[in-house]
Amino acid sequence: MIEIRFHGRGGQGAVTSAELTALAAIEQGKYAQAFPSFGPERRGAPVMAYVRVSDEPIRTREKIYEPDIVVVLDPTLLGIVNVAAGLKEDGVVVLNTTKSAEEIRERSGITAKLALVDASRIAMETMGIPITNTTLLGAMLKATDLLPLSALEGPLQERFGRIAVKNIQASQRAYQETVVKE
Amino acid sequence: MAKRVGIEVSIAVSEAVKLANVDVVAAYPITPQTHIVEHLAELVADGHLDAEFIPVESEHSAMSTCCGSSAAGARTYTATSSQGQALMLEICYIAPALRLPIVMTVANRSLSGPISIWNDHSDMMMSRDTGWIQTVAENGQEAFDLTLHAFRVAEDSRVLLPVIINLDGFTLTHVIEPIEILDQKEVDRYLPPYQPQMRLDPEDPVSIGPVGMPEVYTEAKKAQDEAIKGSKEVILEAWQEFGDLFGRYYKPVETYRTDGAETLLVTMGSLSETAMTAVDHMRAKGKDVGLVRIRLFRPFPFEEFLAAVEGAKQIAVMDRALCLNGAGGPLAIEVKAALYDEPERPYIWNYVAGLAGRDVTIENFVEMADGVEAAAADGLRGDYTMINVRE
Repeated sequence: MIEIRFHGRGGQGAVTSAELTALAAIEQGKYAQAFPSFGPERRGAPVMAYVRVSDEPIRTREKIYEPDIVVVLDPTLLGIVNVAAGLKEDGVVVLNTTKSAEEIRERSGITAKLALVDASRIAMETMGIPITNTTLLGAMLKATDLLPLSALEGPLQERFGRIAVKNIQASQRAYQETVVKE
Repeated sequence: MAKRVGIEVSIAVSEAVKLANVDVVAAYPITPQTHIVEHLAELVADGHLDAEFIPVESEHSAMSTCCGSSAAGARTYTATSSQGQALMLEICYIAPALRLPIVMTVANRSLSGPISIWNDHSDMMMSRDTGWIQTVAENGQEAFDLTLHAFRVAEDSRVLLPVIINLDGFTLTHVIEPIEILDQKEVDRYLPPYQPQMRLDPEDPVSIGPVGMPEVYTEAKKAQDEAIKGSKEVILEAWQEFGDLFGRYYKPVETYRTDGAETLLVTMGSLSETAMTAVDHMRAKGKDVGLVRIRLFRPFPFEEFLAAVEGAKQIAVMDRALCLNGAGGPLAIEVKAALYDEPERPYIWNYVAGLAGRDVTIENFVEMADGVEAAAADGLRGDYTMINVRE
């Protein structure tokens, strides 16, 4: 079972990222659970959302304490939130950033594998808005073998309708541009 | 053909209500029930569900409206949580007394105070004695299936009682997971149209709900008590038929790896899944622990429960509500009462856990199993303690 934690700020689409990941996994015949951190929703405040993906039925309702994958939508969260909290030793942190791996490690103390992508720029260039949630899904799939990139197309199509194509393009560009640093 | 989809559990519940082809939905939104009612409002507004959606000004009005529409012969649904249910409670006692087959989802949430929107079973326990049939869902699929089952049972002419489907707020309502959604033809085979036995009709007037003078009140209550006791047979029959049609069989009490188990955990609701994983962990380490999950809370399935715990030396009962200064949590009290007349009784320790969304982990269930064994070995007088509490 793979456990994922998304960090974002209220309104950036972290919950949608989690939902889309679960929907994509379920469409591939897998089992999945997506859930937000339950409670009041506040725009701009640090928020988290969670996903479990497994080949077997998932029988736990615990919160996720030791994720395999952490995805950070907002670069300003580094240094505010301990995004690598509980991350498994062989886990990966997927970051929206313009900084180098060295700078990130120095600033955040993260020693785990990093997957870096300038998702804000990709989102602006492909969609015209700095909403990076679907872009970062492409980066996450590049850094892991969770699902094939094409698994996102169905759920993105269903969720976004006529603007789905731009979201798909953004995730594909992120998939190509993501740099993985062990 | 049924279709396996990734869907939020709340939305799946609304889809089940739509497939049940309800006539009236009267509801007031409250967290964490909101998505269910919002989606139903949308289905009605978009013409996908031919029903009256009555946006009322309070839950008291919601249940009053449901009583009216059900008495007029309409298939009637509502949903609520916590404080909302507290507000409608006055009318919740009246619906079963009038034998009105209303179906209600309760997205379980703690009762104030302190004010809390998070999940526990205090609202379920608040309505324990209202006379509603109550089932408890463990996951999204069950929430969907039990919704259809609820209409089938409630409207059966041998039952005619309202049914609550309990599902854990947030922990289930706000989770996306794979659920097999039945199609209309399949649901129609299981759930026939509602045939009211008696209804409010200006052409053929009757009185429903007159005063119960001391000369008749006791007899009315005796009849109501018999009705809910007698409903169990129909509840089982409706589950059997559901299984025969769709391959998912449900029982009022489910067991998990109880064979040869000296220690049993007893749970209700979605945390039973976490408990199953905890049992797997303990079994892997050679510990003889099993799990008993209660799916039917009212009428309480005494016979099935006793059969499920037979042979156990000690039982850890998890409650997700307090019965302040009582003999334990409400479920433990029920379990103890069920066992009192047995010649051989297991040792019981009661754990109150998961109040207002406090996480209950796999490790916590291991703690409960270890705890009841230690308390039994030490010969402590059975009591209740809280898990995960800072003192």
